[in-house]
Amino acid sequence: MNYSWDWGMLFRDPYAGWIVSGFSTTCILAIYAWLIAFSFGSVIGVLRTLDNKILRTVGTIYVEIFRNIPLLAQMFLWYFVIPELLPADAQRYVKRGMPDPQFWTAVVALGFYTASRVAEQVRSGIQSIPRGQQNAALAMGFSRLQVYGYVLLPIGYRTVIPSLTNDFLGVFKNSSLALTLGVMELTATARQIEEYTFQSFEPFMAATVLYSCVTLCVIALMRFLERKSRIIGTASAGGR
Amino acid sequence: MGFDVGVLLQHKELLFQGLIVSFQLTLSAIVGGMLIGTCLAMMRMSRIWIVSALAGGYVNFLRSLPLILVIFWFYVLTPKIVGHPIDAYSSVLIAFILFEAAYYCEIIRAGISSVKRGQVQAGLAMGFSYLSVMRYVILPQALRNMLPVLLTQAIIMFQDTSIVYVVGVRDFLTTADVVANSTNRPIELYTMVAITYLVICFAASQLVSRLQRRYAL
Repeated sequence: MNYSWDWGMLFRDPYAGWIVSGFSTTCILAIYAWLIAFSFGSVIGVLRTLDNKILRTVGTIYVEIFRNIPLLAQMFLWYFVIPELLPADAQRYVKRGMPDPQFWTAVVALGFYTASRVAEQVRSGIQSIPRGQQNAALAMGFSRLQVYGYVLLPIGYRTVIPSLTNDFLGVFKNSSLALTLGVMELTATARQIEEYTFQSFEPFMAATVLYSCVTLCVIALMRFLERKSRIIGTASAGGR
Repeated sequence: MGFDVGVLLQHKELLFQGLIVSFQLTLSAIVGGMLIGTCLAMMRMSRIWIVSALAGGYVNFLRSLPLILVIFWFYVLTPKIVGHPIDAYSSVLIAFILFEAAYYCEIIRAGISSVKRGQVQAGLAMGFSYLSVMRYVILPQALRNMLPVLLTQAIIMFQDTSIVYVVGVRDFLTTADVVANSTNRPIELYTMVAITYLVICFAASQLVSRLQRRYAL
């Protein structure tokens, strides 16, 4: 194999800056998308545990639709199709006025896609709690809202921390799909450096190392959080 | 600008070919991924620590990377190793097999660990060799336990094949994209792609949950 290595290029002028900005775009994209996914996914997950049949069906339909269409197809839908369906004013804003449309489209697509996964975790977390706890809370005069806010959600979240960590890492990794819309995130940056310099190994290696490092750090952090928040006397304590 | 079904009908053969490529890619990646994944799982459960550490390192490393990055790696790497350019389809296929092997390894390992340890010992005590204990006692039960997860992973992989778009392999989504650009009808094409994926994956996942109820141990 004939290849002239040049690791120094990663630290030279334009490329070092590109990698830093690509990496921060990836992180910011992932965090915004996670905020949508976590909040909206929790709502959908709660809907799926309610007694009301209509609300439950709404939750199920949401999850099935967003889970069964590939993320890339969803990105294209959000970017090319949804703006056309909006009313004229909103359409003009999305097409002309919105700053950085590719980035925000990617955030929305990734957020709502992951929300369907978070919803499933939240639902299974809530359903793993023995029914008696809910009944006890209701018997003590808690309203439905208080039962969820003080009993079901705090316990439910804690039992599914490992799966939620997986979903967060999924968002982080899937944010690379934003490159198809032209967002300059980490993978796109590596690709760009390759095209400018014809050095393919170094930039891809840099991206690889950054992705793995973040993943390892997140896993370590969540293990720690999991230990801190374990519920004494449950089987789930300690994780896998 | 209404919804024009004519565009879809006009290009239906091209689109159907794309769908076939998607299925092909999924199937070959499942077969290859399962084979390597089973080897990896065996290695991970080995008593020799260096073997299990190697397999564990491989699995955790690949699982920490985005699929797109792995695809790009093989897209630029394979021609340089082989010494001559190879087509995008083969490089993508290699990437998929090696990437999915890491996920299959974890599924298979979980399936094997779900069978109680005592059964291995019972088998060994009855004079079976380790391999025949695996073949006749552990794997048949493990396979049953992990079948739903394996199939769900296959559905996820079918969706993931759409990512080959980034290197221009003509799968279903890429074909639709090409047609959308040449006819200037993105709405019809992307909507049709989404609905097709939705129908296929939803039907498959319903089938899996039915299987699961029927064959659960």
